Amino acid sequence: MALAAPGRRPGEPRRVAYLYILPALLVFGLFVLVPLARTAQFSLYEWNGLGASTWAGLSNYRDLFTEPQLRGAFVHALVLVVFYAVVPVLLGLLLAAAMSRAVLRGMGFFRVVLFLPQVIPMVVVAIAWRQIYEPNGPLNDLLRFVGLDSLARPWLGDYTWALPSVGIVGTWVGTGLCLVLFLAGMSRIPRELYEAARLDGAGPLREFRAITLPSLRGELAVALTLTVIAALKTFDLVYVMTSGGPGTETTVPSYQVYNNAFLLGRVGIATALAVVLTLVVFVATVLINRVGERGQR
Amino acid sequence: MTLPIRRTRTALGAVAAIALLFAGCAPGDDGDDTEAGDAPTAGDVATDPSELGDITLTVWDQEVREGQTEQIEALNAAFEEAYPNITIERVARSTDDLRTTLRLALSGDDAPDVVQSNNGRPEMGQYVASGLLTPLDGYAEAYGWFDRFPESVRALASYSEDGANYGEGNLYGLPQMGEIVGLYYNKTKLAALGLEPPQTTEDFEAALQAAQAAGEVPIQFGNSEPWAGIHEFGFIQNQFSDAETIRNLGFGRPGSSWTSDDNVAAAQATRDWVDAGYFVDGFNGVSYDSAWQAFAQGTGVFFVGGTWLVADLTSAMGDEVGFVLPPAGASGQHLVTGGISIPWAIPANSDAKEAAAAYIDFITSSDAMTAVTEAGNLPVIEADQQTTTGLQSEVFAAWAQAGQEDLVVPYLDYATETFYDTITVAVQNLMAGQSDPQQFLETLEAEYTAATGS
Repeated sequence: MALAAPGRRPGEPRRVAYLYILPALLVFGLFVLVPLARTAQFSLYEWNGLGASTWAGLSNYRDLFTEPQLRGAFVHALVLVVFYAVVPVLLGLLLAAAMSRAVLRGMGFFRVVLFLPQVIPMVVVAIAWRQIYEPNGPLNDLLRFVGLDSLARPWLGDYTWALPSVGIVGTWVGTGLCLVLFLAGMSRIPRELYEAARLDGAGPLREFRAITLPSLRGELAVALTLTVIAALKTFDLVYVMTSGGPGTETTVPSYQVYNNAFLLGRVGIATALAVVLTLVVFVATVLINRVGERGQR
Repeated sequence: MTLPIRRTRTALGAVAAIALLFAGCAPGDDGDDTEAGDAPTAGDVATDPSELGDITLTVWDQEVREGQTEQIEALNAAFEEAYPNITIERVARSTDDLRTTLRLALSGDDAPDVVQSNNGRPEMGQYVASGLLTPLDGYAEAYGWFDRFPESVRALASYSEDGANYGEGNLYGLPQMGEIVGLYYNKTKLAALGLEPPQTTEDFEAALQAAQAAGEVPIQFGNSEPWAGIHEFGFIQNQFSDAETIRNLGFGRPGSSWTSDDNVAAAQATRDWVDAGYFVDGFNGVSYDSAWQAFAQGTGVFFVGGTWLVADLTSAMGDEVGFVLPPAGASGQHLVTGGISIPWAIPANSDAKEAAAAYIDFITSSDAMTAVTEAGNLPVIEADQQTTTGLQSEVFAAWAQAGQEDLVVPYLDYATETFYDTITVAVQNLMAGQSDPQQFLETLEAEYTAATGS
């Protein structure tokens, strides 16, 4: 039995605790805090990544709002939030509600199939979908086969449809995750609650609104946090499927960070963009969790 | 779930402390400025690599297409056999991947010894300006490169020491292959239409019409990796504008204008050809590789492409494919975009520069030019001394004609550090009808005038 230091109640924090977390703190500092601080510092300079740099103050940040291409990237990210987060959560809820009510044979199988997109590396997903969207790919073949020739188009080369096309892949990937989360949440809701509700004469919709939805608040917050972050920092899908094109229709902040830092040699702009993106993700996460917590009280 | 205030404060303090660590240390200012001033003079270059001791030579290249890999691997093996004291460590990447990783690699202390660095202001020009590449003039004198490589070839890899002027000054790279973006055509299909390879823009437009009437795809094209658009628009511009104009615009030199009548005509023709349906449907959604593969499999009468596809297309199509210079339009000349393949350069931070120079000399020697030819490619010099058949001989003839008549004009993205981004987006917009020719040209003109101050 270790002796408690005099005058200290057991369980009270002691300085020595810092020693225990030191290794983790060092790694965290070295690989997260230091790069973050460096990034923030770079964003105040005009630098091509090679030679000397010049102090630029906040002008890089101003450019983010004045250059239409950079501003556009954030608008596209917001559109993607709908496809990556809003739609998957709604679809996930609907599917989960349906699946938990019906007694389905081979339930495990369906769950696995719907979750599968989560497991496949994004680059593989992107390449597969790029093939599907090709002008003579399966999607257009299907449309032509059923006589909808007028709908067939080069999906990823179309100025109107390229961004939604990328977004739908996000929906396809995200829905499985939401579904599995919600199913797990629903399985914890006591059956008695539903029985009581039914005795009181509640229909399926009422049941869903009064019992299922409030009980899933925690899962909803988690699902939204994960999918919104995924939407805001999308890179791989855009990089592989469209390179930001056609024109600049599918550029997103992460892609612009890469493009500016490694291709255009505008490291200042790229890092400013990265800082803003980090802040946006941070604020979005805090907001979602606040809303999630408030309901629990 | 809020953090106790004390802990938040500690975290903030830590961030502040880290920030302080960097105060006064601006990015890019590492204190070890290895200026490119340590360039050798001819006298003290050791041209016998076997006397250099044991060396590991790190080489970054992008020779990954069929024919290119083959020849570079053969040359590497021959080099190692000739000089057993030198071991080559080859890092092969696609052009795009090399482009993104080179920037970091060059500025690091542990830089590779030989790299392929794309010519033009967006890449090599920036590296030269930052003192990251070694001027090769001393080696060039020692190895006789000035005699073997004509001025026109060397100019494409020459910059002033501050990187401001392109096309003159020190030599910073040596290419292995020549490169022109010409017109591939499907011989069977063109013969079925009863046509000869087009010599003039009029011929070409007539051929496109005939192909379309026969239910063929006139021009196969894929622009989802948007750099292909630079080649496609260049191909059209070459038929409307004169060499002087295109060179000024391409090299980023003052004296010309994107909004001149000839360029307006070129942009208008591009739009008209799209509207007429001469390009394959949905080209903005087709990748470059899918496009030439579709052409190889018989979809499309014409394909605008570079000589880097010779080996691939020969093995896919055999005698069915032909190659000619772009048709002559208003200028009356068969101007052709191109010049040299991505040149081989020596980073300033290399620790084995002499061995690197010996390696570059080896892979550009006369024997190497033969090896390049045998692997199906176009050697940058001494092409007339090689024996070739089929598609390759047509390409060699076009290259020879381009050299004799001074027809080669630069890639348009060479112009400024960010012109690659500007023109790829602009061409996609133009060809998709998102911008009209006037807007297209004004976008390019704005960046050109801002950079050249004209």
